Amino acid sequence: MNATALEKIRAAFPDATCKVVLDSVVIDVQPENLENTLSRLKNEPDFNCGLMVDVTAVDYLQYPQPQNARFYVIYTLRNWEKNILVQVRTPVKDPTAGIPTATHLWGAAKFGEREVYDQYGIHFQGHPDLRRILNHWQFEGHPLRKDYPIEKGQVCLQSDSLEKEIRARLAHRGVDKATMMDINTEVMFLNIGPSHPATHGAIRILTALDGETILANVNEIGYLHRGFEKTAENRTYNQIIPLTDRLNYCSSMINNIAYAKAVESWLGVTITERAQFMRVVLTEFYRVLDHLVCLAAALVDMGGLTNYWYLYNEKEAAYDLISRLTGARLTSSFTRIGGMYRDFYDGWETDLELQLRGIEKGIGDALKLVDTNRIVHDRTQGVCIVSAETALNYGFTGPVLRASGVPFDLRKDAPYYNYESFDFEVPVGTNGDIYDRFMIRFYEMAQSIRIIRQAMKHIPAGPVNVDESQVCLPPKQQVYNNIEGLANHFKLIFEGVKTPPGEWYDSFEAANGELGFHFVSDGSGKPYKLKVRPPCFYIMGGFHKMVEGNMIADAVINLSCINIIGGELDR
Amino acid sequence: MALGLEASLGDTVITTKLDECINWGRQYSLWPFIFGTACCAIEFMSAAASQHDISRFGAEVVRFSPRQADLLLVCGTISYKQAPILKRIYEQMPDPKWVVAMGACASSGGIYDNYCTVQGIDNIIPVDVFISGCPPRPEAVLDALIAIQDQIKGESVRKDRHKDFKGILD
Ligand code: SF4
Repeated sequence: MNATALEKIRAAFPDATCKVVLDSVVIDVQPENLENTLSRLKNEPDFNCGLMVDVTAVDYLQYPQPQNARFYVIYTLRNWEKNILVQVRTPVKDPTAGIPTATHLWGAAKFGEREVYDQYGIHFQGHPDLRRILNHWQFEGHPLRKDYPIEKGQVCLQSDSLEKEIRARLAHRGVDKATMMDINTEVMFLNIGPSHPATHGAIRILTALDGETILANVNEIGYLHRGFEKTAENRTYNQIIPLTDRLNYCSSMINNIAYAKAVESWLGVTITERAQFMRVVLTEFYRVLDHLVCLAAALVDMGGLTNYWYLYNEKEAAYDLISRLTGARLTSSFTRIGGMYRDFYDGWETDLELQLRGIEKGIGDALKLVDTNRIVHDRTQGVCIVSAETALNYGFTGPVLRASGVPFDLRKDAPYYNYESFDFEVPVGTNGDIYDRFMIRFYEMAQSIRIIRQAMKHIPAGPVNVDESQVCLPPKQQVYNNIEGLANHFKLIFEGVKTPPGEWYDSFEAANGELGFHFVSDGSGKPYKLKVRPPCFYIMGGFHKMVEGNMIADAVINLSCINIIGGELDR
Repeated sequence: MALGLEASLGDTVITTKLDECINWGRQYSLWPFIFGTACCAIEFMSAAASQHDISRFGAEVVRFSPRQADLLLVCGTISYKQAPILKRIYEQMPDPKWVVAMGACASSGGIYDNYCTVQGIDNIIPVDVFISGCPPRPEAVLDALIAIQDQIKGESVRKDRHKDFKGILD
């Protein structure tokens, strides 16, 4: 974050309090100024925050330092070109009356604000479709409020019909009775999911069809809502790492690393050089794995089963490699706050190189079947197009955004872990259709392999954990042989790593896009609040924009090419 | 259909128990329905893929319609929002049917002891075999399959299974 951005923001908003926290400028505004502030941040060329990264709220009910209001809502905005990250905080005096919505500025706010409403019960005036999103419609109360007991489950007896919503969407698209009379047919409603092979998990896609063409589309998510955020509030920082595995379970290590990085950045801990390199190698390796599974599944949906074996066999072999390193196939839990669980084993480098060759072969074989395949081209090119503008408006990040021609990649635009010194390219699409979203993953895998090879060449020797007794566990030698070591170990395990009180946001380029963590700390060893900004949540929020006007079969392959992972979508 | 068997047997009569004959057939041609919701489903994919190859046990005909399946494999966390759907799918499956709860979440809620996760699917539908692990290895899935096959061997075709089950949604 450059100092000029802070200066500019200070000058532009003289009556708001601004401060810099890590990489972001935090602005505190009163609710009556919120709308104006947000729209100026979005529209003024100096700020140009076209990307609404996330919206969340905090309930300060049990927070040790008194605050002006019990609830605060926080919008996180980004100008991706100039790398400006802004957070706008506003107090909410009365949650039932609420605050004005931002949906007219960013499409992404539609999903984001619904989540805040669902979890905290804060109303957004003027939101077009404010209802629950993660919890079921029969749920009462708001689980992330501090006075909601974590164990209080509520039974759902029946799924929501969504009839009102789909009819509203049809009306919005200008389809009414008269149109249907004209073309002499009736709208057919078709549900895909929540339990359907094409949904790769549990999502419900409700479509209104004219023949096979989708007139309107409404989606329901939340079937895999597992209460990550509430659970995390009851765990120490290191105990949360296994929970992060299960966000995007196709690339668990990326979540581990992103999470550890977010905590370390607030602690002010710089991890050792070796650990940084290890994290780069493992992030990129998992990026490859994530894309492998996504492409394998997407090709099956298109009818290409052979590709699946080419790609999935490599993934399976990679699991063997990973279990040699971490002890687990899928849920790695390999990082610790302040470093890694352990170093690479002897011979890792050879095993890795062998595996990379295998992956390259698998990709090559699969590409041979796809590259000049007429069926693949016909089914994907020019289908489900999203413009760069729409993609940004709905908060898309990662490969899906880049496929629409926006070269935003945190590894280049806000580099961490020495990414600026690696030689790699960021593939960018031109049309924003399924083909681009598809091929971009093939190219990204090649780039990731390039990074891995460079990193393995330059990785320095040395320890993998920082030498700070407040952060990392002492060596077992000390725990068993002297009382300081034992006390240190005991305190870190029972109380957790203590973070200074405060609030911060940190982001990471995960396989699917920007993976962010928003923390509130009260100074103890457990986060007071932890919100995940999952990339595919916002991509799903713009799904209807991609598929309306296309065929029903296109919706199926579109869903697989945007790589929706339930664990991260619903948390 | 000629198997070559009839040539050597001629028109011999074979006597066997009905149970044994039918159960033998049922054991080795289970058609699974994969109710995959979360991470465990990825490990099921591995169990089905080349290395572990579930077809060695006669259960590779994965059905995505409950009407054609007789083995319900619940792979992943079941939330309260998901529960009515799971129950509906179970009910749509024709008898006889068996249920496997794969992984800690499906068996007991796993690490998610909170407001949105069902604490074990046996609160909703009857379960025959539980697989431990988070996620279980593919071998464990195969092991569960063998356990179901063993169970089928001891059953009687004349008895209805689980007629008096009552879950939280009943
Ligand atoms: S048991 Fe573990 S791996 Fe399986 S669904 Fe639950 S959290 Fe995921």
